[in-house]
Amino acid sequence: MTDAKTLSAETWDVVVVGGGNAGLCAAIEAAETGARVVILEGAPKVYRGGNSRHTRNFRCMHHGPLGPLIDTYDEEEFWQDLLRVTKGETDESLARHVIRQSAECLPWMEAHGVRFQKSLSGTLSLDRTNAFFLGGGKALVNAYYLTAQDLGVTVAYEATVKHVGIDAAKATHLEVDLAGETVTVKGRAFVLASGGFQSDLDWLARAWGPAAKNFLIRGTPYNRGLVLKDMLDHGAETVGDPTQCHAVAIDGRAPKYDGGIVTRLDCVPFSIVVNKDGDRFYDEGEDVWPKRYAIWGRLVAAQPDQVAYSIIDSRSIDLFMPSVYPPVTADTIPGLAQQLGLPGPKLQQTIEAFNAACRPGTFHPQELDGVATEGITPPKTNWARPIAEPPFYAYELRPGVTFTYLGLKVDLKARTTGPQGQYDNIWSAGEMMAGSILGQGYLAGFGMTIGTVFGRIAGQEAAAHVA
Amino acid sequence: MSLDVSLQTDPGVLSDDPVMEARRQIEICNACRYCEGYCSVFPAITREKVFADGDITQLANLCHNCRGCYYACQYTAPHEFDLNLPRALASARAESWERLAWPGGIAKVFQARGEAVAAALVAGFAVMFALIAALPGEGEGFYAWLSHGAMVAIFTPAFLLPLAAIGVSLRAYWREVGGTRLTLADWREALDAAGRMKNLSGGQAGGCNYEKGERYSLARRHAHQAVFWGFLLCFASTSAGTVLHYVFDAKAPYGFFSLPKLLGVPGGILLTVGCAGLLMLRKQADPELGTPGRASGERAFVWLLGFVGLSGLVLYAVRGTGLTGPLLALHLGAVLTFFLLAPYSKMAHGFYRLAALLREAQDKRVRNG
Ligand SMILES: Cc1cc2nc3c(=O)[nH]c(=O)nc-3n(C[C@H](O)[C@H](O)[C@H](O)COP(=O)(O)OP(=O)(O)OC[C@H]3O[C@@H](n4cnc5c(N)ncnc54)[C@H](O)[C@@H]3O)c2cc1C
Ligand code: HEM
Ligand code: SF4
Ligand code: SF4
Repeated sequence: MTDAKTLSAETWDVVVVGGGNAGLCAAIEAAETGARVVILEGAPKVYRGGNSRHTRNFRCMHHGPLGPLIDTYDEEEFWQDLLRVTKGETDESLARHVIRQSAECLPWMEAHGVRFQKSLSGTLSLDRTNAFFLGGGKALVNAYYLTAQDLGVTVAYEATVKHVGIDAAKATHLEVDLAGETVTVKGRAFVLASGGFQSDLDWLARAWGPAAKNFLIRGTPYNRGLVLKDMLDHGAETVGDPTQCHAVAIDGRAPKYDGGIVTRLDCVPFSIVVNKDGDRFYDEGEDVWPKRYAIWGRLVAAQPDQVAYSIIDSRSIDLFMPSVYPPVTADTIPGLAQQLGLPGPKLQQTIEAFNAACRPGTFHPQELDGVATEGITPPKTNWARPIAEPPFYAYELRPGVTFTYLGLKVDLKARTTGPQGQYDNIWSAGEMMAGSILGQGYLAGFGMTIGTVFGRIAGQEAAAHVA
Repeated sequence: MSLDVSLQTDPGVLSDDPVMEARRQIEICNACRYCEGYCSVFPAITREKVFADGDITQLANLCHNCRGCYYACQYTAPHEFDLNLPRALASARAESWERLAWPGGIAKVFQARGEAVAAALVAGFAVMFALIAALPGEGEGFYAWLSHGAMVAIFTPAFLLPLAAIGVSLRAYWREVGGTRLTLADWREALDAAGRMKNLSGGQAGGCNYEKGERYSLARRHAHQAVFWGFLLCFASTSAGTVLHYVFDAKAPYGFFSLPKLLGVPGGILLTVGCAGLLMLRKQADPELGTPGRASGERAFVWLLGFVGLSGLVLYAVRGTGLTGPLLALHLGAVLTFFLLAPYSKMAHGFYRLAALLREAQDKRVRNG
């Protein structure tokens, strides 16, 4: 454990705030130039690595097979994919820079201990675009910490940065809470990589509305936006909608924080979804689930108490990967309603109305089958099959927040900007500045690409500044 | 048939029952799959949606305790899911050996307690000393101390009876995991996996996480290879001696450039060095990722095996001296104990693990076409 004395004894060349993917990439790059580097990580060692520890892959441009990636994924296709999900809410020069740099990240990652594997089962559609980490993001984070350690980087855990001391355009020191003790850490260059603010539910509630208190946070509880808030108070320039977060529909029984990937629920397209009043509220069969789970995060967030229930019958239970939580099971609809705490007669009525609106057709679970309802609102436009064969099953749905969009504005060199122009010695990387590239929506694997590219740039630039 | 979701457990409710607890963790892994590339266990998990007891037994025996999936896991304690798959599977595995062994009670004792193994060893020594003292010797070398006839009379049943007991257990295992008729291809695949100890390789990681925590290392795989091949060489050496004796009427002692010695000496060295290595690595490894409550029995098994190798080598080194008699008693005592304990000690692992690799090869072939 790095103690207060060690931290405050010297003026560090490069101080990195946050030991997730972006911070680690920065620390490694800086340390490789010979700089004296310290990482201040807010979490205890077991929870180091923030949201990065929950990731599974990163998106990578390449011409011809590269590592685990097959075929070609070129800049233009990558850019078009990004344009589609962000609906134009992106900075083209930064985005193209990330895309171009991504190709050389993969060998760099391998050279620094990250191991890749073929696409995980069930995600074959990504084997051209996304490289999967063997063991997932925590294995990646472990590998980077070991590499950093071998390079002589100092790491302090439970070191929460509270304040950035800035004199004119120049940062001089950080105020750090080290397991309860306040420590001043001085440095010549600073890399801020401490993620978004989604774990601060009060902030989320101020931005989104009181409903946010009922959201589940899919990742780390340690990304509370302390440093981001402090930089806002300094008047730093920001990007990204301060009120928005990326949320998906997950199993409502998931842990409040850190539920990660296993809380996902894939049953919605084969179900009807009702709110706590027993009413349907959206077309469950609009599209295949991977294209809809983010929309459902918002839909459920808009329902009373931010909760919904996905209901299927026995014919559908084997059609999807079961949730890690066992379904609520009953032989009758009133029985199911009782266990869920839903109004029984109302649920019965909703299901009867839905069943009556179903039309014969050939049900195809793997494709948009056009088996739709007639005469009810909202309609179900695919996979509409009566909920009729007991036992009946239900899963609770709640919004699960992945990340927030608000971040620091940076240039191509990862440099941040304050009220009087660019800061001399403050760079930012990862989730903390990703809003300028991912202004809306999400592209699978792009968060780690942004963090790796900009983390490396920030580390190089910070080291060059002190060299 | 519709999916039996009543088998599913609540991921947040830990269990003291090894099978239930392994099931809980396996279900979480099946929803996650991040560790798919480390070993054969995860691809096998992804072939199921829910897990019957037999599935758990199979997965537990397929796991090589490489520990990659522990250090990579985002759900280890203090997370409420409290994942520790290496330990959960080790626990279910030990439980399955103790349950399937006949008689089961003995297995519980020798799997768990090193003192029991040590006591058995002392008893083995005593038996051999007594026999050597009581029975007349004949011929040359160590036959001067104990006749060939006496050795055959002792070791034939001491070898065949435990083997029969293991056979009974393996049949029960095969039934429990739903095994069917094996093909040549299944055997080829399983023997290849065992011979190269593929599941201790960590896949693309190029090593497992034993003595160095989250750093990958090949040390344990190499040490096990030494033990494994050393043991097989020793076994081949004894078999060669038997063939020479009965088929070619060539009697021991054999010179250095004979088949039994050319196989036995390197085999003994590999076995001894490998066991010493495994014991050293064991000291540095985190016991929390191993089998709960069995550390003492496991350690004693490695000591016993290493002693078999070492005493064999020393016996060869002191040939022609007065030490031959006592060392013969020690070596044969250890061999006797090792054989008799095979179904009830950690030695059972080799048999069950081979069965698990066979079942895995078969299941993969049948299901993936
Ligand atoms: C469940 C889940 C799955 C995901 N899967 C993927 C995926 O497969 N691929 C992908 O590309 N993206 C994925 N993402 C998004 C991805 O996690 C992020 O884009 C990426 O991890 C951001 O990296 P980072 O280094 O910026 O932040 P983080 O990894 O979150 O690191 C921030 C670090 O800062 C520390 N910190 C916070 N505040 C302070 C403070 N005040 N002082 C000191 N330290 C502090 C935190 O403890 C943390 O370690 C996923 C996100 C979630 C939630
Ligand atoms: C199919 C063949 C075999 C397989 C797949 C296999 C597999 C394994 C594995 C995975 C381990 C480490 C995990 C654990 O401790 O359980 C292990 C440990 C060990 N194996 Fe094997 N094994 C085989 C055969 C053998 C043989 C023939 C011997 C020698 C007689 C042997 C001796 C040992 C020893 C001494 C240990 C160390 C035990 C410990 O540290 O607790 N194995 N084996
Ligand atoms: S051990 Fe943990 S990270 Fe690995 S597959 Fe299981 S749940 Fe996922
Ligand atoms: S400990 Fe190793 S062999 Fe066992 S399940 Fe985990 S990764 Fe596979």
